[in-house]
Amino acid sequence: MKLARTGYYSTGAALAVLFLFPLLWSAYASVRTPSGFGLENYARLFTADGGIRPHHVLNSVVVCLLTVGGTLLISTLGGYAFGRFDFPGKNALFLLTLAILMVPYATILIALYVLLGWVGLADSLLGLSLVLIMFQLPFAIFMMRNSFEAVPRELEESALVDGCGSVGVLLRVMVHAVRPGIVTVSLFAFLASWSEFFAPLIMLNSTDRFTLMLAVVNMRTASFGAIDYAALEAGVTVMAVPCLVLFVLLQRSYVRGFMSGALKG
Amino acid sequence: MVTMLRRARAEVPVQVPPARRPSRRRAWLGAAYAAPTALVVTLLFLVPLGLVVWMSLHHWPLLGEPEFNAPANYTAMTGDALVRSAVWFTLKYTVVVTVLLFMLAFGLALLVQRARPGAGFFRTAFFLPAAVGFASASLLFLGLLSDEIGPINDALATTGLLDGYVSWTSGSANTALGSAILLVLWRFAGFNMLILLTGLQAVPLEVYEAARMDGAGRLQIFRRITLPLMRPTIALVLTLMVTGSLLAFDQFWILTRGGPDNSTTSLVMVIYRAAFIDLDLGSAAAVSVALLGVLVLVSLVQLGVLRRRSRQESA
Repeated sequence: MKLARTGYYSTGAALAVLFLFPLLWSAYASVRTPSGFGLENYARLFTADGGIRPHHVLNSVVVCLLTVGGTLLISTLGGYAFGRFDFPGKNALFLLTLAILMVPYATILIALYVLLGWVGLADSLLGLSLVLIMFQLPFAIFMMRNSFEAVPRELEESALVDGCGSVGVLLRVMVHAVRPGIVTVSLFAFLASWSEFFAPLIMLNSTDRFTLMLAVVNMRTASFGAIDYAALEAGVTVMAVPCLVLFVLLQRSYVRGFMSGALKG
Repeated sequence: MVTMLRRARAEVPVQVPPARRPSRRRAWLGAAYAAPTALVVTLLFLVPLGLVVWMSLHHWPLLGEPEFNAPANYTAMTGDALVRSAVWFTLKYTVVVTVLLFMLAFGLALLVQRARPGAGFFRTAFFLPAAVGFASASLLFLGLLSDEIGPINDALATTGLLDGYVSWTSGSANTALGSAILLVLWRFAGFNMLILLTGLQAVPLEVYEAARMDGAGRLQIFRRITLPLMRPTIALVLTLMVTGSLLAFDQFWILTRGGPDNSTTSLVMVIYRAAFIDLDLGSAAAVSVALLGVLVLVSLVQLGVLRRRSRQESA
């Protein structure tokens, strides 16, 4: 028994070290300079030719805001509809939304690129955000439907009796009751839109529209000569820190979203 | 399932005329709330889905007029040497990654499934890489495995295991594939562990206790109870792994650049190259449609596994 416990701790600790090591190493490598430690690599990241620029950060923030906002708006309204109303075509629409998961967007991105070009949204942050919202929708709708279904009906009915219209009920009562779902959906939408690489690679053409992720990867793929690895690790750290901080702060919401998806999906 | 639905429908009270108006009003309201979802699903999912099939039947240059040429894109695809090597490579990669990742993720899940001191910390440590974006993780490993600043070569040299310079990510086809697999294991093991944990924890403890009382050994319990009860979760995890691997892009685009000599060029890389380097969207669409067919098939098999299970349960 004692042996088993020692085995558990030593295996667990060894694996934990292996999993944490790359993260710690990239933070270390990003501040390591030929003469010791410093922020030179970060300075090069922001000043070198083909490096990242403040507007890349701004682009990423815009895409994240549009994606999180759009996903929340659509999935809150949709979740309310699926969780609380009966209307013709309800089940068909719900299944169709979930079917997005079966058709990963890597395979329809070429068509989305052409389609958004037709409506003048080629090479635009808005077009990219719309694509990201579409891809978030199955999880978000599923999550918000479950959240709305879990709210006791009495809560809604008493608000209706108090004279609220259905929009009033949604805004004044329901939104507060489904707040955990909203946090989870926002977290997933943020993590996905902040770090997404393939969709912006296809949808964005001009370098000044690039998102941060695309700009950092561009430092590697556009360089035909030597790669500035240290500056690259600085870029990795800039990209990873917001995700890690948010994840650690909101771990509970994350795991809850995960459980509901994995158990019922 | 079906009988339950039928029963539920039968229990709905017969509607009397006065109650009808509010319920119709509610139906309109519900449809209105669902309208934005319907709009996005139609315009950004169904229309592009149809369009990609339509495009695959045309000679469709990036700039210029499309021209109907079916089935030229499909016949050209089967004759293309790069497509053929990418198909084999993607399949090989999918098999290797699915097997290794599943074993690692299941092992981690079994290690931390019981709530005991340290389990929470271990879970977080294993999961943390999944919070980092996959493209960031690929860049991280590019540096980690590099000869310039990476610690791996130095460590191997000091221990005497390695003599001289090795370029892991671009030296040879095998080390390049190995680098990508290492990256994927690190990035996705914790994620899949978490899904498997939800499955493990859904098995009631009494079931285990009863089996132990009946004198079942550990291995027997695992084979006869844990595995069968976890079938839906395992099906889900395997589907995610297979579809994810068939769509592999970031790891090869960033880490190995598809090289050396196109030896790590995946199918999605072929799509990208056809579209944006050869400027031939029709061919890219044809490969997309073929890949899409395979992916839908994998998902349907998973659904089949799940449905068979629920039928067994209700029987």
